[in-house]
Amino acid sequence: MSVTVSIPTPLRSFTGGRDAVAVVGTTVGQVLDELLAAHTGLKRHLVQDDGRLRTFVNLYLNDTDIRQLASTATPVTEGDVLTIVPSIAGGSPATETALPKLSHAEVLRYSRHLLLPEVGVEGQRKLKAARVLTIGAGGLGSPLSLYLAAAGVGTIGIVDFDVVDLTNLQRQIVHGTSTLGHSKLESAKARLTDLNPNVDIVGHEARLTSENALDIIRDYDIVVDGTDNFPTRYLVNDACVLLGKPNVYGSIFRFEGQASVFYAKEGPCYRCLYSEPPPPGLVPSCAEGGVLGVLPGIIGSIQALETIKWIIGAGDSLIGRLVLFDALKLRFRELKLRKDPSCPICGENPTIHELIDYQAFCGIGAEPDYAGVEIGVEDFRREREQKGDDLVLIDVREPHEWEIAHIDGARLIPLSQLPDRLGELDGHAEIVTHCHHGARSLKALEILRGAGFGKVRSLAGGIDAWAEQVEPGMARY
Amino acid sequence: MTLRLPDALADEIRRHGETAYPAECCGAMVGRVEGAAKEVLRLSPAVNRRTDDPHRYLIAPDDLRRLEREVREAGQEIVGYYHSHPDHPARPSAFDAEHAWPWYSYLIVRIDRGRGVDMASWVLDDERPIMNPESLDVLSEV
Repeated sequence: MSVTVSIPTPLRSFTGGRDAVAVVGTTVGQVLDELLAAHTGLKRHLVQDDGRLRTFVNLYLNDTDIRQLASTATPVTEGDVLTIVPSIAGGSPATETALPKLSHAEVLRYSRHLLLPEVGVEGQRKLKAARVLTIGAGGLGSPLSLYLAAAGVGTIGIVDFDVVDLTNLQRQIVHGTSTLGHSKLESAKARLTDLNPNVDIVGHEARLTSENALDIIRDYDIVVDGTDNFPTRYLVNDACVLLGKPNVYGSIFRFEGQASVFYAKEGPCYRCLYSEPPPPGLVPSCAEGGVLGVLPGIIGSIQALETIKWIIGAGDSLIGRLVLFDALKLRFRELKLRKDPSCPICGENPTIHELIDYQAFCGIGAEPDYAGVEIGVEDFRREREQKGDDLVLIDVREPHEWEIAHIDGARLIPLSQLPDRLGELDGHAEIVTHCHHGARSLKALEILRGAGFGKVRSLAGGIDAWAEQVEPGMARY
Repeated sequence: MTLRLPDALADEIRRHGETAYPAECCGAMVGRVEGAAKEVLRLSPAVNRRTDDPHRYLIAPDDLRRLEREVREAGQEIVGYYHSHPDHPARPSAFDAEHAWPWYSYLIVRIDRGRGVDMASWVLDDERPIMNPESLDVLSEV
């Protein structure tokens, strides 16, 4: 008997593009065997390893499902039409626990990993199954996310709400000149997907806050903190302790960096190390103090390394150890950290059971009210035109910053020298202080007011605002 | 191959997923093959026949035969299927890969706490049950 087998679109590449094939046989089973013998490529898509039809493959003889007839023993007659009909099924991974498999292309891509017995196929599959959240796509987030993506971590979440700025590119190597002005998430996603299209990059375009932190972090296995400020660092720590997740910590400043893994289930947390934040303004940010571009490359890579080790379960982790790195001396030191039994969040009698207001905790927003003591750049320009040299402008930045750019007629007195050089100033003169962005200038103002200078104001936004609004030809940094 | 999906249809898929949340939605993508691209012209939302488990979907063969016939008469083709992953990434689960057919595009939309976010399209590798990402062009209306 010759029967026409109707081939569905997805299988036509195995029948030379034909949508129907004539096959001879007396039962459905025979027709099927003949079909598979003539078109061997069909076999693995239709039949399981044990020879039975796959569950999502349906065969219809004319208009009836063969399951309602005698299955593969159903006899066929000349001119019958046997139709292969797909069932389309699937679902999300909620009910799965098995590690994902690696494709041939993935095996090749990760071959240098697979050669290491400490990683091997199982470790690589653990990496593929892993979900890592990085906080920040900046200095630390750049090397960190690049290495995690290259290593084949299956899901990388990134929290950032910033845009790529020219001053970022000296160290934030996940971004590029072509993505200036784009959101950091978009920029990082493009680069990371290009590096490894197998990785799922999940963007969280938001500032991490006490309101959203638990919801964002909950979906991940491990958190890597690449933030540059204390409120977020305490927030990340507390959220990780409350959710029982490890927190891979790194921080950088100028030529020095630190790294550790805080995991309250097995060791200390960030609060065990620093129970209280420093007073606001005491520790300058990288924007104020500068940072050597390669330093986040080293610390961020250590964070990526610790993350990968934790996922595959290899080696000795940095839990309970703080690594201190000095780039100028090229020296690593290590401090042992102990869990603090009186730690307010991971100690024996914790007092913190939910996320708090971290801005207030770090004293931010509690600064003196500067309204009225600041002057905008445009007002300053006008006033200076009228008063000329009677309005004294003091630049409190460092000499190397003065070299980059300075406002004509300003006097350089670095903030650190100001208390000793007050004698150089006329106590009756009208004074305006300025720095790079306006923070140090406010400190200078406090020193001057404390010393009895009455007519002192600070230039809001510093030389950067001046360059932007008044003197566009001036170099910005 | 590339899957070309008009903006409006991408939105429709997202909305379908949001409506079905926390269960999964599913449907077929109907269109035509243009050179190295599959172009989606319309969607055919399907009834999810799996009601026992919110993390599964099934389009029954009878529903599919009906659709297939209708589509062919219009000179079109089913180029793939879409479904949603409520609170899970837009990548195939092992179950998806196990049940995938070759050639079809499998578009997955992630629904994050009830809101449609990203989507990605996948195609079964010759070496089943591996699925590879497929390039997805979401076209804005001209």
